Amino acid sequence: MSQIKFTKEHEWVILEQNTAVIGITNHAQEQLGDVVFVELPQVGETIVKDKQMAVVESVKAASEVYAPLSGKIIEVNSSLATSPELVNNSPEKDGWFIKITPENIQEFDTLMTKEEYDNFIKEIF
Amino acid sequence: MIEDLRRTPLYDFHIENGAKIVPFAGFEMPLQYAGAGIIAEHKHTREKASLFDVAHMGIIKLEGEEVAKGLETITPGDFLSLAVGKQKYSFFTNENGGIIDDIMVANYPNFFIVVVNAASRNNDLLLMQQKLANYAKVTELDDYALLALQGPMARKALAKIIPDVSDMTFMQVRESQFMNNPALISCSGYTGEDGFEIAVPNYLVETLARKLLENPDVKMAGLGARDTLRLEAGLPLHGNDIDAFTTPVEAQLTWAIGKRRQIEGNFPGKEIILAQIANGTDLLMVGIKVDSKIPVRSHAVIKDETGDEEIGMITSGTFGATINAPVALGYIDPAFATDGINVKVVVHGNLLDAKVVNLPFVPHNYVRK
Repeated sequence: MSQIKFTKEHEWVILEQNTAVIGITNHAQEQLGDVVFVELPQVGETIVKDKQMAVVESVKAASEVYAPLSGKIIEVNSSLATSPELVNNSPEKDGWFIKITPENIQEFDTLMTKEEYDNFIKEIF
Repeated sequence: MIEDLRRTPLYDFHIENGAKIVPFAGFEMPLQYAGAGIIAEHKHTREKASLFDVAHMGIIKLEGEEVAKGLETITPGDFLSLAVGKQKYSFFTNENGGIIDDIMVANYPNFFIVVVNAASRNNDLLLMQQKLANYAKVTELDDYALLALQGPMARKALAKIIPDVSDMTFMQVRESQFMNNPALISCSGYTGEDGFEIAVPNYLVETLARKLLENPDVKMAGLGARDTLRLEAGLPLHGNDIDAFTTPVEAQLTWAIGKRRQIEGNFPGKEIILAQIANGTDLLMVGIKVDSKIPVRSHAVIKDETGDEEIGMITSGTFGATINAPVALGYIDPAFATDGINVKVVVHGNLLDAKVVNLPFVPHNYVRK
C-alpha cells in the first residue's frame, strides 16, 4: 500500500514500503510554467531534508527544489533529461524526480496529507 | 509595498481568457493564457499569428512644422529624412551617450507618433514636453491602445478586417480606419516576424481583438512569449540589455544613428558616442548560445574558453523555443565579440559551454519592399 504526502515547498512524496518517490506538485508546475531543464542529483548521493536537491529551469526562471525527506538516492528519472516537459504534463506521475531510501520514516509522517496540502494552497492564494 | 498598478483596456478580456496576470512596468499584464504556455504561444507566433496586448506602451503624438528638427535635439536619429508613411527605430540619449529609452518614431501625414516603453512612459513624455516645447505640440494619446499582431499569418488576418494593410512593407505606417474610427497602423513588431502594431481608440480595442480572434490562425500571446520571441530575434529590451548606462555603440545599435548626424555631431552624448564609433568600446553586445539545455539568465558571468578570465555578463536570457536552445544577450570584451568564439557562462556555479553568435538567433521574416 502506498501513501502520498506533500510539503509546503510544493513537493509530493509517495512512500511504497521502504522507497520514497519524490516530485513536484501540479500546483508547482503551474506556477513555474514550461519546464525546459531539470538538474537532478545522482544515484548514490544523499539528500538532506529541507536542503536543495534539484533545480528546475522553466522559460521564466530557475527554481530550487528542496528535499522533503533525508535519504539515499536509488534512482533518478532519466526521462527528464530528454523530456523535461513531463514535469508539466504529468507532474505527479511520469514527471517524478528521484527515488530514495528514507533515512527516517518518521519524517514522512510530519508531511501534509492531500487534504491539508489542498487547503494550504487555497490559503496562500 | 503596495503598488498602484494600471490596467490596459483589455484587462477583463485577459481574465476571461484565463491569463496569468503579472506586474510589469507598473501595469497588470498577461504573462500567458490558459491552455497554452509560453512555449506554445511562442511557436504559434512563429507558425501562425499571435495577438499581444501592448497597450502598456505609451503613444505620444507630436504636431508642428518642426517635429523632425526637434527630435534631432534629443536623439541621434536622422528624422529630417524620415519620409511620410515611414517609421524609424531610435533612442533618447543622455549627456553620457546612455540610452534613456528606445523608441519608434513614425511620420504620419499630419503628425509624428513616438511609441515608448511602458516603464519610461511618464519620463519620456516629460522629456519631450520640455525639450520639444519650441518645436512641437506634445500629447500622450491616452485614449488609444496599442495591439501587436505578429506572425506569418498576421497580414492575412488583419487584412480581412482592415484591407489596406495588405501591401504594407516593414517599417511603413498608415493611418487607416477601424469601425469608422482612426486606426494608426505600422508594419513592425518585436518578434522578428512579419506583423503589425495597431493603435485604435480604447473603447474599440476589445472589439478589434475579438474580431481578430475569430480567425482560427490567431491566438492570444502574453509577455512571456513576447520576451522569448524578441530574444531569438536579437532585439534588446530597455531596462535589461540597454539603459542609461549603455551607449548605442556598445549595444551594436550604431546603424540607428544617421550618417548625417554623425558628421554634424549635434545630439546629447555626442562626444562619447562619436569617440566610441571612432575608437571602439570596452564592451560590445553579442548573442550567446549555450550548448546545453540550461537557460542562462541576466547577470550570469561570461568567461573565456579556459574559464579563468571574466570577459562579460549576460543581460537577458531565456529558452528559445524555435531554435530549441537557450538564447541570451550580453556584453563582452570586444576581443571576443566574433561569431563562433567559444566561451563559458557561469550558471549555479558551473561553467557551461557556450558560443558567441551573430544576431539574430532566428532569421527575421520581415516583408520588405
